[in-house]
Amino acid sequence: MIFLNINNLNVTIDGKQILRDFNLNINLGEVHAIMGPNGSGKSTLANVLAGNEDYEVKSGKIIFKDQNLFDLNIEERAQLGIFLAFQYPVEIPGVNITPFLQASLNSRLKNQNKEEVDNLDFAKILRSKAQELGINSEMLKRSINTGFSGGEKKRYEILQMSILNPEFAIFDETDSGLDVDALRIVTEGINKFKTNNNSFLIITHYQKLLDYIKPDFVHVMRDGSIVKSGDISLASEIEESGYKNF
Amino acid sequence: MKSETTETLDKYAIDKYKYGFVTDIEADRPKKGLNEETIKFISKKKDEPEWMLLWRLNSFKKWLKMSQPEWANLKIPDIDFQDIYYYSAPKGFEKKPKDLSEVDPKLIETYNKLGIPLQEQKVLAGVAVDAVFDSVSVATTYKGELEKLGIVFCSISEAVKSHPDLVKKYLGSVIPPGDHSYSALNSAVFTDGSFVYIPENTKCPIELSTYFRINAEETGQFERTLIIADRGSYVSYLEGCTAPQRDSNQLHAANVELIALDDAEIKYSTVQNWYPGDEDGKGGIYNFVTKRGLCKGKNSKISWTQVETGSAITWKYPSCILKGDNSIGEFYSVAITNNYQQADTGTKMTHIGRNTRSKIISKGISLGNSQNTYRGNVSFLRKSAKARNYTQCDSLLVGNKCGAHTIPYIDSKNNTAVVEHEASTSKINEDQLYYCRQRGLSHEEAVSLIVNGFCKQVLQELPMEFAVEAQKLVSISLEGSVG
Repeated sequence: MIFLNINNLNVTIDGKQILRDFNLNINLGEVHAIMGPNGSGKSTLANVLAGNEDYEVKSGKIIFKDQNLFDLNIEERAQLGIFLAFQYPVEIPGVNITPFLQASLNSRLKNQNKEEVDNLDFAKILRSKAQELGINSEMLKRSINTGFSGGEKKRYEILQMSILNPEFAIFDETDSGLDVDALRIVTEGINKFKTNNNSFLIITHYQKLLDYIKPDFVHVMRDGSIVKSGDISLASEIEESGYKNF
Repeated sequence: MKSETTETLDKYAIDKYKYGFVTDIEADRPKKGLNEETIKFISKKKDEPEWMLLWRLNSFKKWLKMSQPEWANLKIPDIDFQDIYYYSAPKGFEKKPKDLSEVDPKLIETYNKLGIPLQEQKVLAGVAVDAVFDSVSVATTYKGELEKLGIVFCSISEAVKSHPDLVKKYLGSVIPPGDHSYSALNSAVFTDGSFVYIPENTKCPIELSTYFRINAEETGQFERTLIIADRGSYVSYLEGCTAPQRDSNQLHAANVELIALDDAEIKYSTVQNWYPGDEDGKGGIYNFVTKRGLCKGKNSKISWTQVETGSAITWKYPSCILKGDNSIGEFYSVAITNNYQQADTGTKMTHIGRNTRSKIISKGISLGNSQNTYRGNVSFLRKSAKARNYTQCDSLLVGNKCGAHTIPYIDSKNNTAVVEHEASTSKINEDQLYYCRQRGLSHEEAVSLIVNGFCKQVLQELPMEFAVEAQKLVSISLEGSVG
């Protein structure tokens, strides 16, 4: 099975080219990190994978779990196992996480031809996962992301990921706006969730995040394509001398 | 993403109204127009006593001198009051039928279609229904059971004859006929509505419910409801409304008066689903309603809950006069406007007694090209020591052609009064929909979840059977003709 293969992808937004002949291959069980300066196209990549229709795919192909991703819309991709942890998770006033996430989980279970969970079972799952991640039950009573601090929002994303159990999770600059403690809590959550049966794409600007999550591969992105790939040592190199050598 | 969202929102903007059918039944009506002849015709049809006719005629004289209120944020086309029928009854309704066997089967079928079965054995357990068709009450169920407890639940026309003392004492005591032009109009030509009296220390064991239906064309409906809860009693009352789908506008101007004596509680819930007009704003009901409750006794409580989804124009402010010490007034409202609907709705809480408390939760949802205004007035009179009010007004906009407005007035003549006011306006935006869809929800699921979540605080105030109904109605108002 091809897990994820991005082949010669060209993407524009409002007529401006962002991704140029972009190529990337990710196998099940791998953790990939993409680093790059602002404007290199990192977040575009994340959003194109999730299916955001603001972007226009000019050419190229993305295969995920042997399926052509361009045949699927946003929710169908999510149901198939793609999870995007947003850089700035949006506030949804008045909507509690319980019915929201229960509907999400059931849409995913339905896609897998599994039985949907009822209210009672879901409440149990939610409570135990929250406990595991050190999220107190008061927070579960609030509206989604509404009035949350940056750290709380990111922990909420981790909670949703661990319940939806996606095969492929994309983290879009999760470290932005987090202090060291919040960063540690979030990365611990990711590490706890990591198995041989899922893969990660970590998009970040700084090396700091990669001190906590050890990626198998590090890619440097510039002007819409990957200019260098290597292991974790590449991240240290960037930390020392910046992106100017790439 | 833009194209798909716009498409879905446009789909939502086309409302589907499943109550728009007309019952083909012969009607008995006077000539069009408002004059003393019309009023005498109505009074005679109802076989009313002299005092009632005089009261009507006095109200009419007041109406002649008044002009329509103009302060609302509404564009109201000129209404020609001489081009309306003020009374319409299915033929053969000079006397209210004694039981359902005397009722035209077409009428019973109409109510069945609306999901309001009139046969008692089929009536929702625990709900007594008074069904009003145009100008007359068709049937009141469970009456006998209630009589055993001393509870009076009948049409107002009947009450005028059977309980004249109570009607004389309380009719117009909360909404004086001269209050404004629509109260004068209603007082002059009111046709039917419900009358409820709950005796001392009695808890009404079932929900009382009225169902209003406008059927005849070019007919105004002027319902009058009077509810009196005597000392220490409790009643929960529900009201539902529908009308056929027509190109012309129809007028509905109701007056509802509630009176709660010492330690009594009245809970009044409305699901208003009059025909809202089509997607171009043609047709629909003009819903000009005056609802006012008087917490007359100490420790009394009146709670209004409304879900307003219908009508071309809604002008409605269920209010509480908190006269008794420690009395409580509450107002919970969801108002959804779509297409070219306009709503100017809210409440008035008048604190007179000491330690009186009021709570206002208002949720406005605007879609399509509609305009939705919350208008509130909270006042504290001189003697209302330590009175408190909490107000929360939230507006939700779907799309970018609609409008939401919040106009709260606060007037305090007592410096020990405490007022809290919170307001928010938010929009269902592309980012929220993207977020929900990224978690696997479809567009429609996402919108419905966001809107229902937004209304939850109010919907949970409704009695159980009604809450489910209201939730469905909210979803329908959003869905439009989703196929």
